[in-house]
Formats: sequence, C-alpha cells, structure tokens
Amino acid sequence: MNNEYTPEEQTFRSEVRQFLKDKLPQDIQRKTLLGMHLEKDDCVRWQKILHKQGWAAVNWPVEHGGTGWTATQKNIFETECALAGAPEVIPFGMKMVAPVIFTFGSTEQQQRFLPDILASNVWWCQGYSEPNAGSDLASLKTTAHRDGDHYVVNGTKTWTTLAQYADWIFCLVRTGSPQEKNQTAISFLLIDMRTPGISLSPILTLDGYREVNEVHFDNVRVPVENRIGEEGKGWTYAKVLLTHERTNIARVAQSRCQLQRARELASATPDGSMALIDNPIFAHKFAEIEIELLALEYTELRTLDAIRTGQAPGPESSILKIKGTELAQAIDELHAEIAAYSGLPYAPWQLEDDFDGDRVGSDSAINSWLRYFNNRKSSIYGGSNEIQKNIICKAVLGL
Amino acid sequence: MDFSFSEEQQLLRDSVTRFIRQDYAFDIRQKTVTSNEPFNREYWQTFAELGWLLVPFSEDEGGLGGSAVDLMVVMEEFGKGMVVEPLLASAILAGGLIAETGSEPQKSDWLTPLMEGNLQLAFAFAESQGRFDLARLATTAKADGDDLILSGHKTVVLNGAAADTLVVSAHTGAAEEGGVSLLLVDAGTPGITRNNYKTVDGHNAAEVYFDQVRVPRANLLGTEGQALPVIEKIIDRATFAICAEAVGAMESALKKTVEYTKTRKQFGVSISSFQALQHRMAEMFIECQQARSILMMAAMELDAGNGVAPKAVSAAKSRIGKAARHVGQEAVQIHGGIGVTDELDVAHLFKRLTAIQYLFGSTDFHTQRFISA
Repeated sequence: MNNEYTPEEQTFRSEVRQFLKDKLPQDIQRKTLLGMHLEKDDCVRWQKILHKQGWAAVNWPVEHGGTGWTATQKNIFETECALAGAPEVIPFGMKMVAPVIFTFGSTEQQQRFLPDILASNVWWCQGYSEPNAGSDLASLKTTAHRDGDHYVVNGTKTWTTLAQYADWIFCLVRTGSPQEKNQTAISFLLIDMRTPGISLSPILTLDGYREVNEVHFDNVRVPVENRIGEEGKGWTYAKVLLTHERTNIARVAQSRCQLQRARELASATPDGSMALIDNPIFAHKFAEIEIELLALEYTELRTLDAIRTGQAPGPESSILKIKGTELAQAIDELHAEIAAYSGLPYAPWQLEDDFDGDRVGSDSAINSWLRYFNNRKSSIYGGSNEIQKNIICKAVLGL
Repeated sequence: MDFSFSEEQQLLRDSVTRFIRQDYAFDIRQKTVTSNEPFNREYWQTFAELGWLLVPFSEDEGGLGGSAVDLMVVMEEFGKGMVVEPLLASAILAGGLIAETGSEPQKSDWLTPLMEGNLQLAFAFAESQGRFDLARLATTAKADGDDLILSGHKTVVLNGAAADTLVVSAHTGAAEEGGVSLLLVDAGTPGITRNNYKTVDGHNAAEVYFDQVRVPRANLLGTEGQALPVIEKIIDRATFAICAEAVGAMESALKKTVEYTKTRKQFGVSISSFQALQHRMAEMFIECQQARSILMMAAMELDAGNGVAPKAVSAAKSRIGKAARHVGQEAVQIHGGIGVTDELDVAHLFKRLTAIQYLFGSTDFHTQRFISA
C-alpha cells in the first residue's frame, strides 16, 4: 500500500502544470478563481486551447480523439486544472452526450457529431428534467410521435443549463404510450435548436443569473435519423452513462483551491485584535472542513484504485457526490462568513471586465454570497443527495 | 499509487478474521469480560503462536516488519470482534517504547519474552491532572545513588492489572524543567500499590500508586529527560491503532444494524422499509467510508516516515472520533430498546467506540493538534 505517483505519473503532472502555466488565459483564470460565471466565449476559448493540445476529451476513447488516459491520469489532470484556476469543461457535449454517441450511436452519427464536440464548435445542452419530472425522471411526459421519417416532439424540458448558448439539445422523450414501462417507452433524440417550434423561457437563479431555462417543444419535427440506438431504449442508454461516465464528481481539487483561498482571505480579515483565521472557533470549523476534505480525497483515490484494478465504480460515486457537494457548500459558506457585511451589496456587474463605475467592497466579498446562494443547487442536481442515499441503501445495504 | 494489501497482509488478515469468527463469539468474549481474569490468557498464547505479537515490531527487533498498514490489518479485525486481549497496551504501547529506545540488554530482557507471549507490559502515562498532555506529570523519579526513587499516581493504566512490568513516565529533574524520562519498573517492587478493575468497555486497567519506589538507574529507558518525543511517537502509533480498531468496530455496528432492521417487524413490515431509517443507515455507511479513507491516509503517511505523521494521525483521530460517535449512537438508536441492553453486542460496540473517542486525546483535542501541527 502506498500513495505515491509513479515516475511516469509525476512526469505527466509536470507536463500538465507547464501547459497550464503557459496556456491558461489570465482573465479566464481570474473569473474562475473568483467563482464568477463565465461567458460563452470564455468557455469556448479555453476548450479550443485544450483541443489544440489534444486534451479536450479526457474520457473519450482514442479512436474518437480522446486522450486514452488512465483513471489516475484523468485525476491528475482535473486536479491540476482546478488548482491552477482553469474552468471546467462544459460537460453537456464533451462528457454527457458524446459518450452516448460513441457508445450507442451509429457510425454515421459518430462522424457527424463527435468532431464538432471535440473541437467545441457546437454547444450542447441537456433535455432531461421536466416541470413534473425531477428526481422521478422516468415520469417524463415530453412526447415524440412518429410521422413518416420524423418524430413530432411536444412538451417542456426544464433546468436546461445555458440553453441560450446551445446549438443542439439531447432529449429523453416518450415514444411509447403513457402506460408502457419506462424501459421500453423512452427514446433518446438529438435535436437542432434552430428547428421551428422550439422556444426558451429564461429562469433566473437566486443569484440573479440566467443559468437555466425552460425549453418548449411545440410540434417540433425531428428526423428519425437523429434518434440514438433503438426506439424505446433511451432510458437504458441514459442510465448506463449516468452511473459510469461521471468524472471529478467529488470536486476535491476545486474545493482544495477554494479552501486555500478562504485561508488567505481569513488571514487578511481582521477579527477584533486578531486575524479571523486565528479566532479559535473559526479555526476549529476551518480545520474540520480541511480534515473532511482530506478524507474525501482518499475516498476518491480509493475509487480510482478500484477502477485501476478492474472493479467497476459502483455506489462510490454516490458517496463522492454527497460528500463532494456538502464540502463545496461548506466552503462556500466559509467564504460567505469571511465576507460578512461585505457580502451584502448586490453588484455582480462590477465583476465584469469592462466595469468602470464606482466599486463597492471587494470583488471576492461581493461574489462570495452569490456563489453561496448559487451553489445550493449542487446537492439538488445530478440526482439529489437524498436520491444518492436511496442508491446507497439499495445497492450497498440491500434495503 | 496502490491501495491493495500485500500477500502477507492478506494472509495475516485472513488468520485474524478466522480467529474472530471461530473463537471470539460475543458470548465467549463476555465470559472473559465478566470473569476475574484480566483477559483470556489462552488466547494470548494463541496470538503468540500465530505470530501476531510480532506484528508491531521491525525485523531488526525480531518482529515481522512493524508497518502501520500491518497494524491496521490486525486492529481493524480486532475492532470487529471487540478483542480485549492487550495487544495495544502490552505490545504497541509499552513494547513500542522499549523497541524504540531500549538498549540491547533491555530488549532481550523485556521485548523477547513479550513477543514469545511470556510477559505482560503496560505503559503508565496518564495522570488525572494532565488530561491529554503527556508532559504534565506530577510523578517524579529522584536520584538517590545508583537508584531513582519513584513517587506518584498513574491513572487508568491499560493492562495495569495484568502487567508484570510497567513502563512509567516521570520527571527526573524539577517538574518545571519539563524533562520526561521513562523507567522500566517491575510491578512487584515494594512501594507499588495497584487497584485493579475492568473498564466500561471490558478491558483491564489499574490505578497504580508509587510510594518511594526504588528503581535501579539501569532501568532508565533511553536518555534521561529526553523521552517526550519518543512517547509522542508511540502514542501516535497507538492512536492510529485504535483508529483502525474503530473502523472495524463501526463496520460491524453498521452491518449488525442493517441486518437487524431487516428482521425486526413493526406495523406489519420490516423496519428496514422505513426511509427515516434507511437514510440514517446510508449516512452511517458514508461515515464508515470516510473513516476508512482517512485511516488509510494516516497509515501511508506513518509508513512514509516523512515528518507529517503527527498531523496525519491527528486528522485521522479527529475524523474517526466524529464517525465513531455518530455510528455508535445511531446503531443504538436504530436498534431501539434492545440497543440499550447489556445483552446486545451493538451496545458493547458503542461503548468501545466511545472509549476510542477519548483515548489518547478527544476529537476536539486532535482537531486542535491538527491546527497547530
């Protein structure tokens, strides 16, 4: 038993560090470290830099342009990116629909869609949740009726992240009757966002940002050739990939980076006659979070080790999701506490590059509360933490 | 990076697991605990025969290697069975001190018989006014010719009732100079009074009083006045060992709780079907996993010997102490009334987990130590 990287892994890590030092644009790094929302252009610019290096698709097979990295290499890469303040790759194309396409799609679909995802030429969004289908995703009601060579899609998808930027959407739709079992009634469709009949209603999240949307489908005609795999198998495709293709779910490195920033801020924040970091109550709280993060880091490494030795990742991903989001939220709360009064002003515009009005407080303080509010989402999305506990009960405890 | 056990470690684990399963059923354990014997001496001989008493020691000292991972393997299984035989007190603590600082003659006099199963040791370090501070001692050893005169009171000396020889920490200079020394003291020396008892979790211990006890200077262990770093090192190892024990005990408590909820019926159904209980058991599972993760971190840092071991051990003790409290309390709560009875093994797991929370420093103490280390 040892926790050291091999010489090859250490070389790889140096290579990643050097690349980040040379190629990560400073303006993007600043926004990421402050926890600001990135513009579409910021995301695409960074992903194209990664693509040029051949590092855009960490979990794709080599034949489609992926890196072919081991689980440990992926972890090193994600860790170094987070520590350096590089933004995360927008997952909807690269990490969500692409694996469905290269696993279950036809050769024609692979040739048509994968190169543009790899090169970040096309922005994808996800059409899973519906107003009445959240944790109970399988109860989705968006229908797709066959009409010759087309499906006619009707219904509403919601919580669609950054749909306003999207060129394409991948959707779970009901092709069977409402009475039919989910395992045979749901299909997986790829839909061009320019198709007539699609409209968006923005949803502002509690930090005032247009992060998500409702996507309405009104008699939207989708060519049958845009269906992935067989009709009625969409639920199976979606489920298989939900459990197996999620990398960096614990966000350990992001949390470590934010905790380090919190330490720096708390060291510079006065609290009576001392620095806040030296306040015993605050220090104790801080240490407990630091220790929890250490435990989570090893839980993640244990999972990587299990993958390395050929054991499929199972319920571990539920632990990583629960603990990872709880910790990220606890760290956001530390930042909010450090900011205290200074987090009250609502002035997100002053974080923009071209802002030249009167400034209020510090950038880190005014964003800390917004980030805290916004990130309450993380224990809700991707299968809420309560759903993850249900999974543990069923898959591990046999309850 | 490789988190798997070596072949030897797997064999060791299999042998301990087999013993716990075949010979250490709960009712047999309770017979020992409620008897007048400090522990089961036949089992101690079995430990010697199976080589387990060699596990804490390096090959140079005549042991099997003494890595933290090896200790973890044994202690985790001991935790599942709630073993009361004093591997921790006799071998890891007192034996560890002798292995670390003893002269060759001292090692052959005390370590060799210990490893053969023929000698019981205890480390008398705790004092009621010192709480978790290993240097805050009222016990003194004053020079008198070629002897030292030992006076003081050591509290909750683990394995104190059974020990043939005590390793005692004391100030040899003036107390305010702070130098701590270790002495090897035959438990039968005139002037020693022992008040023996069982602890709440079934181990044997004693209050030990030293009244002008004459100890030959040759029985000083290591350099006079310089023992504190070595005591801290060995207490860290022992702290790590009980962390491993806690991980085993927690997994056992979780497993028994899950099994019980599947068989216990109320309102016409198994109580395992209630989500109010299911999620609590999922949380217990997560606690167990986080505890195991940080334990493995500490094991690897201890074995790497790179100076961060104290911080790593305190991180582990802090986190595992928290998990031990949570899992122990929840196991009792989910069992309901039967959980607070003496007949149920889970109640005893809870008591051992509680003891581990406080042994060698409470959760809060180790969080503080993590901050300052």
